[in-house]
Amino acid sequence: MSHDVYELSGVRCRELLESGEASATELVQAYLDRMRGVDGQVGAYLLTNEEAALRQAAAIDAKPAEERGPWEGVPIAVKDILATKGVETTCASRILSGYRPPYDATAIRKLNEAGLIILGKLNMDEFAMGSSTENSAFQPTRNPWDLERVPGGSSGGSAAAVAAAETPWALGTDTGGSIRQPASLCGVVGLKPTYGAVSRYGLIAFASSLDQIGPLTRTVSDAAALLGIVEGQDPLDSTSTGLREPIRLPTERDLAGRRFGVIKEFLGEAIDSGVREVFNDACKTIEVLGGVVEEVSLPSVERGIAAYYIIAPAEASSNLARFDGVRYGYRSDEGEDLLSMYTHTRSEGFGPEVKRRIMIGTYVLSAGYYEAYYGQAQRTRTLIIQDFNRTFADYDYLISPTSPSVAFKLGERTADPLAMYLSDLCTIPVNLAGLPAISLPAGFSQGLPVGLHMISPHFGEQALVDAAHALEQKFQLGARPALTEVTE
Amino acid sequence: MISREEVEHVARLARLHLDEDALARMGSELSQIIDYVQQIGELDLAGVEPTAHAVALTNVFRKDETWEGLTQDEALSNAPNAEAGHFAVPRMG
Repeated sequence: MSHDVYELSGVRCRELLESGEASATELVQAYLDRMRGVDGQVGAYLLTNEEAALRQAAAIDAKPAEERGPWEGVPIAVKDILATKGVETTCASRILSGYRPPYDATAIRKLNEAGLIILGKLNMDEFAMGSSTENSAFQPTRNPWDLERVPGGSSGGSAAAVAAAETPWALGTDTGGSIRQPASLCGVVGLKPTYGAVSRYGLIAFASSLDQIGPLTRTVSDAAALLGIVEGQDPLDSTSTGLREPIRLPTERDLAGRRFGVIKEFLGEAIDSGVREVFNDACKTIEVLGGVVEEVSLPSVERGIAAYYIIAPAEASSNLARFDGVRYGYRSDEGEDLLSMYTHTRSEGFGPEVKRRIMIGTYVLSAGYYEAYYGQAQRTRTLIIQDFNRTFADYDYLISPTSPSVAFKLGERTADPLAMYLSDLCTIPVNLAGLPAISLPAGFSQGLPVGLHMISPHFGEQALVDAAHALEQKFQLGARPALTEVTE
Repeated sequence: MISREEVEHVARLARLHLDEDALARMGSELSQIIDYVQQIGELDLAGVEPTAHAVALTNVFRKDETWEGLTQDEALSNAPNAEAGHFAVPRMG
């Protein structure tokens, strides 16, 4: 059997397994072969789980079909921020190199219980801090559409692996756009669920009030299916809620009667003309499918980046205090006493962007500044939530481009951290408000993918995938990245 | 502009050591970023309640049941240095 890996989604893998057209071993082998052929160029994987994956596949193939769960034997890969028991988990940081968690993240446990086969761990910006995956301590990841360009970040490994067909689907995490922006830049679907829909237990914390796990997939149906597997309330994360109702695979074909608000503040000068063109065409497609498109204003979202770059570093500086060389990870040999061991360990173990964010966070939380920065930021957050709530009284969805530009070249933006931060303007307010949002491939500019960003009210995931599915069927984007497999 | 002394103070609080080059670079980057986020102070937010979590939750309790946690060996399995069932660290300064 030989499979065109580009034709395989998670749902398609399940169908092939159910009909007996493919075995779990054949599927795993197809992806391992693909990885060997292209990952030298793409660099999506930090670790591959080859032996364990083949062993698990063989065990599943040996089971009678009627004893198998629906997703049993379908391959998947996960961002290296999720704790995997006994399997190295680094968060792409030197400070966690060699760390083998003694437990599984809840999302990983759910994948395992459903019988999915984890192919490996995917690259990312160190501690999920970045928008290009260039902050990985170990390797850059390249965009499968143009190897000179970044895949976006921080879930750049997840987006690139799906785009290069090195896995049918993947899990990533999104704190300020880290699922949606790389999905947009790599031409795949990225879904950031409502805050709390997926348990954060075992997700190495960056900014706890913003972090959320979600799917990066080839199709909208896959995003719905994978969210259905990992969502749920979890006693180990008291902020988790699960979805209110189980999510169904979308079947909608039209958008009759649905109201879409175009967020005016997200369409300023920052948006490149090529991206704007694809976005305007997408708006026309919405109307062709029967939807209503109108411009709306949410004045507070313009303060989103400022609020985010106070709140997220503040939470990060507190969360990352645990990396001190005592209980896990790297410890420096330098240092005569405890304090000096801490300082050497952290200075050698963290990369420049992580240090920068820890410094910002420590500064805004330090004596005398708390109210002026953190207090004001949390109040701004309230205004943003109120603006969204007010607008959702009149609209089912709010839309914008996901990213102001297509994928940029490696090295192009590393010299100016603030410029890199400003590129997250459309995605950040969504995390501040805890809303679900999806990035859907909507077209191309200069031969590079452009994503459409759709936001819905809290727990509106079903409506979100329904509309995204209708659009996906209409867009019918068939293009694939032109990667050449290297044969050994 | 954030002074060199302030950068050193914050680095000390964060348990980070910055060499001469890094201190200068961090000072200018931090100033630029703080300048940007300072726009938050221009908003009139009197009477607006701060948000800590975007999705309001109250009284989340789990059942009062025990379950197995990590064993001592598991908890120590990643320790850079362990002795007699404890995490071993250099002496206090």
